[in-house]
Amino acid sequence: MSDVILYSVLSLTAMGAVFGLGLALAARKFAVKRDERVDMIEELLPGANCGGCGYAGCLGFARALVAGNVDPNDCAPGGTETANRIAEILGVDAVEKTAQVAIVGCRGGERVRPRIEYSGVNTCKALVLLGENIRECRYGCIGLGSCAEACPFDAIEMADGLAVVDDAACTGCGKCVGSCPKDIIYLVPKPQKVRIACSSLDKGKGVKAICEVGCIGCGICAKNCPVECIVLEDNLAKIDHGKCINCGICAAKCPTDSIVDRVAARPKAFIGTVCTGCAECVKVCKFKAIEGEQGGKHTVVHEKCIGCGLCRDVCNDNAITIAGALGHLPEE
Amino acid sequence: MDWGRLFAIAIGAILINNFVLNRFLGLCPFLGVSKQLDAALGMGFAVIFVMTMASMVTFGIYNYVLAPFGIEFLRTIAFILVIATLVQFVEMVIEKTSPSLYRSLGIYLPLITTNCAVLGVAVLNIESSYGFIETVVHGFSAGIGFTIALVLMAGIRERIELADVPESLRGVPVAFIVAGLMSIAFLGFSGLAAE
Repeated sequence: MSDVILYSVLSLTAMGAVFGLGLALAARKFAVKRDERVDMIEELLPGANCGGCGYAGCLGFARALVAGNVDPNDCAPGGTETANRIAEILGVDAVEKTAQVAIVGCRGGERVRPRIEYSGVNTCKALVLLGENIRECRYGCIGLGSCAEACPFDAIEMADGLAVVDDAACTGCGKCVGSCPKDIIYLVPKPQKVRIACSSLDKGKGVKAICEVGCIGCGICAKNCPVECIVLEDNLAKIDHGKCINCGICAAKCPTDSIVDRVAARPKAFIGTVCTGCAECVKVCKFKAIEGEQGGKHTVVHEKCIGCGLCRDVCNDNAITIAGALGHLPEE
Repeated sequence: MDWGRLFAIAIGAILINNFVLNRFLGLCPFLGVSKQLDAALGMGFAVIFVMTMASMVTFGIYNYVLAPFGIEFLRTIAFILVIATLVQFVEMVIEKTSPSLYRSLGIYLPLITTNCAVLGVAVLNIESSYGFIETVVHGFSAGIGFTIALVLMAGIRERIELADVPESLRGVPVAFIVAGLMSIAFLGFSGLAAE
């Protein structure tokens, strides 16, 4: 009996020792030299393996970085901070690149008149092969969610037959842009909070007949823009992201609500007691939000004010302050 | 050498007693790595390789270490030890000698370390009291059978991706149903054994 115990313990111990030593020796003998920078960089990268950089995964990107084939800031999800730290490891300079965010150029969804009932293969590409769209608008979002499926960060949600990007979760990798057969997803600089959410090139009348929230090309936004950053092209408003100051006037003025304003909260204007009643602010306000007698103290109708700040800039007495929006960070 | 017997062992392990579909061993990689055909092939080849190697080594360990000392009851723990070591060792050798093979097999090798199908083949070899050649053939064919099941499953799942599956069944649930149907289909091969 004791023999069995002895043999068991001995043989297992011996096997364990032999295998352990064997593996230890083999690890030394067959050790493969790997560039340690690859491991360090892979550690820094987001690890989502989204492929936005064009490589199969973060490891592939890290190898390409070490080989010097790509720039550290080609990783959109990583952002500037990651790029800088990678650049430090590689000993190169990281070029600044603005963070980008994806937007869907359509907010129609179920607010567009339906055209067909579709029950085929559940991807946007399959539908486009069959016909133009489920709904009457041939430019708009199909709503079958190919972009949401393509998004490696779960930043796109399908709501009421429409893809909606979560700005906070979006890293600007651009995977969705390629997945949309309608080409209505764009990348814009992250600070750009006011966006045209329509891609229809149809004339105003045609748009109005089929969609509640389509751009009808009326040009009201362009006329009201204080920095003249909106132009009309082929019946569609376009924002010049370089000039736009995110004032939000266009979004508030748009008669069809086809411009989205993603500023978390808008502040309001307040007029202090030093107001002498020059009425410059009344002239400049595009929303008739300032009232008062000439020469007397003016007041702001806060229901109408959108906090664009135009009045503050023209006030002769520096009496106007813009305040009151928690979470409003104009410099962001 | 009895070629007929070897052939019977091979057919038995590949079709009649397919490791996945009839013995229900190794279901974890069967469902986990069967989403893409390429990955399934890579995993399949890795399993064939490891099963063959494990069969040989465990044959030696059992007959020349455990049996002489009369401690056959230790075979489970001893085999686990052997297989884990073997897989680790093979992974190192492949990484050193053939980087391209490592890239296609390497990521699947650690998955096999604790695969019950590999342990299963080693135990079955002993249970059936196979000789060395028979052991090797059985291990190799078991791997082939696993690969066939995996590749078939991957092909079906690639197509299911495009099908309009009811929402509550999408993904793994429908894969389970498919696995069940395939298993029933493979039951048809049991007729081969009746002479």
